Amino acid sequence: MDFKNGKELLALCEKEHLPISAVMKKREEFLKEMTEDQVDAKMRKALDIMKNSVHESLEKPIRSIGGLIGGEAEKIRRHRREGKAICGEVLSRAIVHSMAVLELNASMGVIVAAPTAGSSGVVPGLLLALQEVYGLTDEEMLSGLYNAGAVGYLLMRNASVAGAEAGCQAEVGSAAAMAASAAVELMGGTPAQCLDAASTALANLMGLVCDPIAGLVESPCQSRNAIGVANALTCAEIALSGVAQLIPFDEMAEAMYRVGKRIPFELRETALGGCAATPTGCARQCGIFK
Amino acid sequence: MSLISVFDVIGPNMVGPSSSHTAGAASVSGLARKLFAKEVVRVVFTLYGSFAKTYRGHGTDRALLGGIMGFATDDLRIRDSFAIADARGLRYEFVKNTTETEVHPNTVDIEMESADGSRMTVRGESLGGGKIRIVRLNGVDVEFTGEYSTLVVIQKDKPGVVAHITRCLSEASANIAFMRLFREEKGARAYTIVESDEAIPEDAVRWIRVNPNVEDLMLIQVQEVSNGL
Repeated sequence: MDFKNGKELLALCEKEHLPISAVMKKREEFLKEMTEDQVDAKMRKALDIMKNSVHESLEKPIRSIGGLIGGEAEKIRRHRREGKAICGEVLSRAIVHSMAVLELNASMGVIVAAPTAGSSGVVPGLLLALQEVYGLTDEEMLSGLYNAGAVGYLLMRNASVAGAEAGCQAEVGSAAAMAASAAVELMGGTPAQCLDAASTALANLMGLVCDPIAGLVESPCQSRNAIGVANALTCAEIALSGVAQLIPFDEMAEAMYRVGKRIPFELRETALGGCAATPTGCARQCGIFK
Repeated sequence: MSLISVFDVIGPNMVGPSSSHTAGAASVSGLARKLFAKEVVRVVFTLYGSFAKTYRGHGTDRALLGGIMGFATDDLRIRDSFAIADARGLRYEFVKNTTETEVHPNTVDIEMESADGSRMTVRGESLGGGKIRIVRLNGVDVEFTGEYSTLVVIQKDKPGVVAHITRCLSEASANIAFMRLFREEKGARAYTIVESDEAIPEDAVRWIRVNPNVEDLMLIQVQEVSNGL
């Protein structure tokens, strides 16, 4: 069981009467000649690391290697716990989670790249917030990860998930598409709605450049992960309401890739443009690389 | 060439901050260590491109050194690689090469030396998302990823060696996924690289070694332990 694009994936879902997550899991069993239990055990390990990664830096805030971030997630959590959050329960939790993962990542903690380390907060950030608020089981979380994995696989195969190749739209944009699709499946949407949400998520961040200060995975990466979860949640809501996306996922993925190829070198993870090239960004870079 | 697994997307499980500059770096040197198959007492890492520019901020140096000591991408000891290497008496050096630009942006040359003075140099590239490949072995251009069980045969460029290798593999019922031949120059030394989905039978490896034109041999069996399970 394999598929090369979103269209083939949806056809498989319809033919087999399966959600996207189940098709992706079967594909893995087939390709790697593994049993369902073996594949699940591996995914459960990823889930365990994700769960730890949203908590560790909240309990022990630590400065990043470059010293640009550290302690932000805990601050935002405190704000929410004081009843002051303006984003609502799911989003406000997802913001904290996603930023906490980036903090841990930036201090050489253990995370799960999803699809990359720079965008590793988005998928666990949103899915674990949904689990907390809606009381979802770990089994459902695994389904969410397979679903997200299917969308990420298609983007890796047919577009790009590398900031150096196609900008932040390919990293946080892809992560948001993955999280949006997973959220739709977890909340009872159809496979078509999943890919609609993913397509919208790509459209919303299309053109976003990769411009990390000093070239480090710290700032603005951390808050970009927060916008990734907000984008994913918004797109899932739109799709779950029955609002269809005009442009099919496959076309949107190709558009994202083409836009990425046209993003100038300075704005693809080289620290020569965008936030990195602001006077403050440059000054911080000089401070780090003395 | 390689298929994308769901765990290439939801993964690798890794010590941050960068899948290409940290996890990929640890994987490249981990693979170099397996190829060398001897305890490394001295290692020199020559960094090119983006590796040379940003290795400190991405912990690329700690990850490379950790990989040489056998730490997997999600092994937290990577954080303390320098102290651990010092305690083990492993000597290490990082050299920046900013003059050679005709290479992949994330390239490293790893020169390893064992206690008995034998040496090996491996050039690896980190391709993004934790994916890697080896592109040079002791100065000879090669190409393999370590995602499959990999057999590297170093041989004299003489007739019949490749036939001998395939015969040994087929008699041991090993299924070849990819096979390629690289050589220094005509009649000199050649490298046969065989990749297989399953473990390559030890019997076949023993028989391959018997051929007088086979000088040396390296074997890396795929293990699920590298990233988790």
